[in-house]
Amino acid sequence: MADELSKESNPESGIPHELGATTLGPAVVKAAPKSVGALPARPGEVPSRPQKKDDGLRRTAQPEGDQNIWRYSRRGFLEKLGWVGIFSFLGVMMVGTLRYMFPRVLFEPSPIFKAGFPEAYLPNTVSTKWIKDYRVWIIRTNDRIYALLGICTHLGCTPRWLEAEDKFKCPCHGSGFYRSGVNFEGPAPRALERLKVARAESGEIIVDKSVKFLYEDGGWDKPQSYLMV
Amino acid sequence: MSLADLKRTITKSPVWKSVFRHDYKDTPRNRYLQILSNVFLHLHPSKISRHAVEVRYTWGMGGISFFIFLVLTVTGVVLMFYYRPTDQYAYYDMKYLANDVPFGMFIRNMHRWAAHAMVITVWLHMLRVFMTGSYKPPREFNWGIGVVLLVLTLLLSFTGYLLPWDQLAIWAVTVGTNMARATPLLGHEGPFGPQLGLRPDNDVRFMLLGGTQVGPPALLRFYVLHCVFLPVVAGVLMIVHFWRIRKDGGISGPVGKD
Repeated sequence: MADELSKESNPESGIPHELGATTLGPAVVKAAPKSVGALPARPGEVPSRPQKKDDGLRRTAQPEGDQNIWRYSRRGFLEKLGWVGIFSFLGVMMVGTLRYMFPRVLFEPSPIFKAGFPEAYLPNTVSTKWIKDYRVWIIRTNDRIYALLGICTHLGCTPRWLEAEDKFKCPCHGSGFYRSGVNFEGPAPRALERLKVARAESGEIIVDKSVKFLYEDGGWDKPQSYLMV
Repeated sequence: MSLADLKRTITKSPVWKSVFRHDYKDTPRNRYLQILSNVFLHLHPSKISRHAVEVRYTWGMGGISFFIFLVLTVTGVVLMFYYRPTDQYAYYDMKYLANDVPFGMFIRNMHRWAAHAMVITVWLHMLRVFMTGSYKPPREFNWGIGVVLLVLTLLLSFTGYLLPWDQLAIWAVTVGTNMARATPLLGHEGPFGPQLGLRPDNDVRFMLLGGTQVGPPALLRFYVLHCVFLPVVAGVLMIVHFWRIRKDGGISGPVGKD
């Protein structure tokens, strides 16, 4: 169908084929397969008025086999090149500005601190020694030591350890957590987060607040989330 | 030389006439020209329909919001003469303004109360536009602009909240920016965040704060957003907003009069 159309319309279009010489890449015109003519007919589409010889559209000027990809005038090509340049510049500037907003160096306190020797923590106690400076509780069970982050999982307040009631209680909205960190009352949606604990060469406990272990992810069983004593 | 002569000499002088093109002759044509030839007045239509001044219908809240924006701009610029957005000085500059700078407390409170008032008047403006159906075509695009302006008003309010740099400010903004952690695809605790490799130090909240917590970089960023970026964007959108009121057929009126 497309072949018919192009054969029919091209010789009588009145526009000489030399027009192809002013476009870029005339070699493509020669080498292109002949199946693509003026307008490729889509399957199931009835070609509109094939009997009309010249409806004034540009397709009538196309040589047979032209894929219509190199048919830019010099002005049109330079115009597109200009726009490509402008948008490339803007794009690079935007990406650069976006990256600019992410600083490489942070002037923040280190998330890693030393929490003394394990022997300093008595079995089955909660230590509030580091909560003021680092918002971390060190908790020792019979044989394990783990570090709980003192940030309420509701809205980020610092809960308090209530020794008599054996629970952490958030003063803001009343969320309560067991000694393990699991939430059991109030609006907090999930358990307190545990932090990575390790031993320094000297034997001291090193707490890394940048590595968190979440109860709901099963992280509390992972080896770095506790120390054996 | 009498006073009338003096007045005539001045108002007929080339200098005066170069500034004021039109005198106060009370003819319809001259009154149009007075509006149209003035860069400030021409933002307002030279002619409005009778129902446009029916305050029981319009509430005048859009105009009041703009007026409050101007008050905030002027008092905000005045406050900037004393305020330094750094960890070391911000809180003390705020206290200095409130206690020792002549009229400092007046200017600061004017800025503060105007900020509260603007949020209220913008909401009331939106409520009126909604209840009168004034968001319908041909005004639907301007409604969209208005929604963006509402968001900008709230963002201006939020960024200004941090600047006193007291405990209330720091914790309020801590809670507020924690919401950004949960942004889908952009926050490190949001849906698909961890899968995309987002951490506390490379997600959208980090970009907003310039750090992983509300610290000195956050104060500086909020200051720049509050004093330069957001007001400029809001100003440009306000120009479009006011322009489109006229282009979409003027302020809406009661059914039958619109």
